[in-house]
Amino acid sequence: MSKFAKKKDGDLPAVSTASLPDIVFMLLFFFMTVTTMKDSSLLVENTLPNATEIKKLEKKDRVIYIYVGKPTREYQKVFGTEPKIQLNDKYASVDEVGSYILAERAKKPQEIQNVLTTALKVDKDANMGLIADIKQQLREVNALKVNYTTYEGNAFNNLQ
Amino acid sequence: MARNNEIPEVNAGSMADIAFLLLIFFLVTTTIETDVGLDRKLPPKDPTPPIKVQEKNIFRVSLNKKNELLVENEIMSLENLKSATIDFLDNGGAPKGDGNYCDYCQGDRSLYASDSPGRAIVSLNSDREATYGVYILVQNELTAAYNELRSREAERLFNLGYEEMEEIYFDPQTDLKAKSELKAKINQIRTMYPMQLSEAETNMNLIAEFQ
Repeated sequence: MSKFAKKKDGDLPAVSTASLPDIVFMLLFFFMTVTTMKDSSLLVENTLPNATEIKKLEKKDRVIYIYVGKPTREYQKVFGTEPKIQLNDKYASVDEVGSYILAERAKKPQEIQNVLTTALKVDKDANMGLIADIKQQLREVNALKVNYTTYEGNAFNNLQ
Repeated sequence: MARNNEIPEVNAGSMADIAFLLLIFFLVTTTIETDVGLDRKLPPKDPTPPIKVQEKNIFRVSLNKKNELLVENEIMSLENLKSATIDFLDNGGAPKGDGNYCDYCQGDRSLYASDSPGRAIVSLNSDREATYGVYILVQNELTAAYNELRSREAERLFNLGYEEMEEIYFDPQTDLKAKSELKAKINQIRTMYPMQLSEAETNMNLIAEFQ
């Protein structure tokens, strides 16, 4: 008789969650490897343009970043919607770019001080006047290697 | 006294919580950054003495505030910029026997475009009101024109595209011997089609500089 004993209740067995930590760790390691630490939070909108003829920026420690774009929504009430420059964690005017580059350059080890690249992370809706001013400033302090940072993609998408 | 020799198992039930905590921390503090872009070298600050360049060797590209493109004083759509640049660079107008004669050029050897790729200068001029995205598009098309010509010659001489050569060259896994060989090849291609892109500040300045 006992062979045919009714199974107790109709309960489904609990799903084992023993492998949950493994799955989460996998996700964790994925994110740890593909992302980089934020060094400054963005105060400007930063939709980069697309380009196809791109080169990879090697060696992160040799790069100085300059962000340009219009202020993000929360700052628009105070700073308006005209594109602004962001250096480190604050807005800056064009004249401050030169001294910023010099200060950043002084922070780097001596042997890489003259191989630094300036990465311009500029929103695609910014106007060229500001960029021309920045480039003039970069020439003043002899930081001649620039990289217009872009996304990889069809450049004609920039027209929209 | 009965002793239990088995070590009691540590409860791993909260492991998932700890891992989630770490995961969320990394999600918040990191970003997926792009680290690609167009490399350019700005001209040095000290003004170089003006060089005499014949007008036919200059390819004038300007972008106005409505993001319209003016190439050699004619309005052109952005799609045609690349082929127009290639035609200009690859023209090879210098006659046979001349010192600048370009034997690898495949252009139509017109007298009104560049003498040889070595002499050709692309002058890019953009209005202060022009949009950065469109400016990058123009830069991209000009680079594409150079890359296409360089790749053509690299395929012909070394059976390897120019961009592939650069990729192998910059790959840290390539050994030193292969690198130095590649460097010579890349330099050879670069001297065949040197990238001479001038961005003078104003139009007036440019005319003063080149006439």
